[in-house]
Amino acid sequence: MTAASGLAVSQAVKPPVFWAPLLKDAIVAGFVAVLLALPLVGLQTYDVGGGALGIRTHFDWVAIAGAGVFCGRLGLRLLHQLYPRRTSRNAALTSLAAWGSRQVVPITIAGIAFAAALPFLPSSSRYLIDLGTTVLIYVMLGWGLNVVVGLAGLLDLGYVAFYAVGAYTFALLARDLGFSFWEALPFSGLVAASFGIILGFPVLRLRGDYLAIVTLGFGEIIRIVLLNWASATGGPNGISDIPRPTFFGLPFARSAPEGVTTFHQFFGLEFSPEHRVIFIYFVILAMALLTNAFTLRIRKLPIGRAWEALREDEVACRALGINPTTVKLSAFAIGAMFGGFAGSFFATRQGFISPESFTFIESATILAIVVLGGMGSQLGVVLAAILLVSLPEFGRAFAEFRMLIFGAAMVGVMVWRPRGLISHRAPTLRLGADPAG
Amino acid sequence: MNSATTAAETAVPLLAVEHLTMRFGGLIAVDDVSFTAYRDEITAIIGPNGAGKTTVFNCLTGFYRPSTGRLAMHKNGEILRLERIEGFRIARRAGIARTFQNIRLFAGMTGLENLIVAQHNPLMKASGFSLAGLLGLPRYRSAEQAAVERARHWLDRIGLTDRADWLAASLPYGAQRRLEIARALCTGPALLCLDEPAAGLNPRESAELNELLLSIRAEERIGILLIEHDMSVVMGISDHVIVLDYGRKIADGTPAEVRADPEVIRAYLGEDDVDGSAAPAKAVAQQQPQEPAAVSSQGQALGSRFRENDG
Repeated sequence: MTAASGLAVSQAVKPPVFWAPLLKDAIVAGFVAVLLALPLVGLQTYDVGGGALGIRTHFDWVAIAGAGVFCGRLGLRLLHQLYPRRTSRNAALTSLAAWGSRQVVPITIAGIAFAAALPFLPSSSRYLIDLGTTVLIYVMLGWGLNVVVGLAGLLDLGYVAFYAVGAYTFALLARDLGFSFWEALPFSGLVAASFGIILGFPVLRLRGDYLAIVTLGFGEIIRIVLLNWASATGGPNGISDIPRPTFFGLPFARSAPEGVTTFHQFFGLEFSPEHRVIFIYFVILAMALLTNAFTLRIRKLPIGRAWEALREDEVACRALGINPTTVKLSAFAIGAMFGGFAGSFFATRQGFISPESFTFIESATILAIVVLGGMGSQLGVVLAAILLVSLPEFGRAFAEFRMLIFGAAMVGVMVWRPRGLISHRAPTLRLGADPAG
Repeated sequence: MNSATTAAETAVPLLAVEHLTMRFGGLIAVDDVSFTAYRDEITAIIGPNGAGKTTVFNCLTGFYRPSTGRLAMHKNGEILRLERIEGFRIARRAGIARTFQNIRLFAGMTGLENLIVAQHNPLMKASGFSLAGLLGLPRYRSAEQAAVERARHWLDRIGLTDRADWLAASLPYGAQRRLEIARALCTGPALLCLDEPAAGLNPRESAELNELLLSIRAEERIGILLIEHDMSVVMGISDHVIVLDYGRKIADGTPAEVRADPEVIRAYLGEDDVDGSAAPAKAVAQQQPQEPAAVSSQGQALGSRFRENDG
């Protein structure tokens, strides 16, 4: 009796394969692939001569695509049937993420140390430092948007507006009033924060999709104003000759005008254009770290907890006597302020800004960084920024497949980690001992 | 809350609702309802579904602005007119805290955090609107410590101290109900409004809830306003019961009085004929209290329903 049931169990380990549904599924997938491939790869236009276009057909390519999808789908489903759903890979990823969230402090220290050492690594080049600077701008923007989206739960699709406001504030202050980067920085943040409040007022009663639509519109309004208000912003020509940051008043230049000491003269170094690149890198690193420190700290203050409470349940917040207006506006203002800081850094780094730099795709990228990283997770933002900004760069070798790889990576993240790379949320305070140690 | 309360002070109502009416377009959800609630007392509002109980609560806690009526809260010798205070300010100004029929905890935050968020306003002041807090001044740190102690006190009372760091969403249902009550109490209210706190609780949890509410009444010197369907809770602990039906107040008195009230029995058990032949003439006849058979059988049914839950 026992032996018989044991036999049955051992037989049950190898499940039977049901071919009919498998084949049907694979045929459907192959058919869809053929349909898609027909216009995409099956037809190709070419120049007949005299400006006319002819069409070349590649039905062999269509057949290859269809057959490839058919075989791939069949193989995948077969594997699933032979080895029923094992979540080992998923579990490994999850446990990796759990390990990551427990080791936040060592990871952070290692990350900062690496970021600080990056310009001096033997393998680093000017290109790498520039890429690092770009990544850090997005990290800072991601951290700023994280306040609004991750903590306060207000979906903002127009965050780039504050980035633009910060950049133009600095550019205009520098052009018309002769402000230097450091003098203009606080004003950029302040003006952007005011714009955050201006955006905040009309959207106080909105949530979710409706809020997203209004913020999207706000972002576009700012861009279009910049584009059309030519007398102030230079319109599509933008603003050029924005002053570069100085090292406490020492400019980075080969030769300075009368009475001004340059950086390399002051320190008795050989002039190198890399000095400025490295300095700029450290400026954004410091600004980003400051943003992070500020956010981590304010999250543990009553205002930070009120943001999170608002994200969880606005009605309950009202019943507890929390003023939703001030809580929302403060989230918008502080998020916008960091966007403004990042914008003015962007302006000083590029030396030239135009509305081209502040399109919706920027907002979408920043939001993608926050969502992919895991809403509210500071470390997740860093990982996602590295992934999203540097992946297209490394993909340059693949030329036209770059965006394809990029899209596939994003889909992959959403499939395996639907709540973001790091979805763990550390409580702002604990009664018991901290298990993370 | 206050140290010494004289007998005279107790006689002053904590909350006086006068002629409260709430209309939504053509629908009158609450129709000319008046009642009073006292400190150190549990006042229950009962009534069939759709009687307007939660609407009364929403008017009291500022979620609705009443169409007409006067809502007077007596606090520290002054009279606050609730209908004139902006919604979210009622919790702090008038000291009214509430819970919700469908639990509204901050699900993604821990139990302790829920209780700390409830102390937002005093903490915000102590943090110098975040400036002192950002700088980590001792003034803020001691205020936060005090807030945590207060939260710990309530966690002890509701028996959730060892699960304080759990996400609120991961707590069992009964614990979530208790946590929501504790969160309301952390605001330091003068009047606690509970919207069906026993809904979905098993009999043992219900009994624990009774105990908790009685101990709050005994120790906190606050008034409790209670909407409840669970008669074991209502009849077991209320000092005072108000019955609403179709937006009107149909009875007001001690649990024993309300239980015996024919109007209440009719509202709860309906007035249709028991054996199903709902002839109009008979229905009219039934409204007369002289119809002995029907009323007494209904009365017994309701009475036994109350009795079996009384223990």
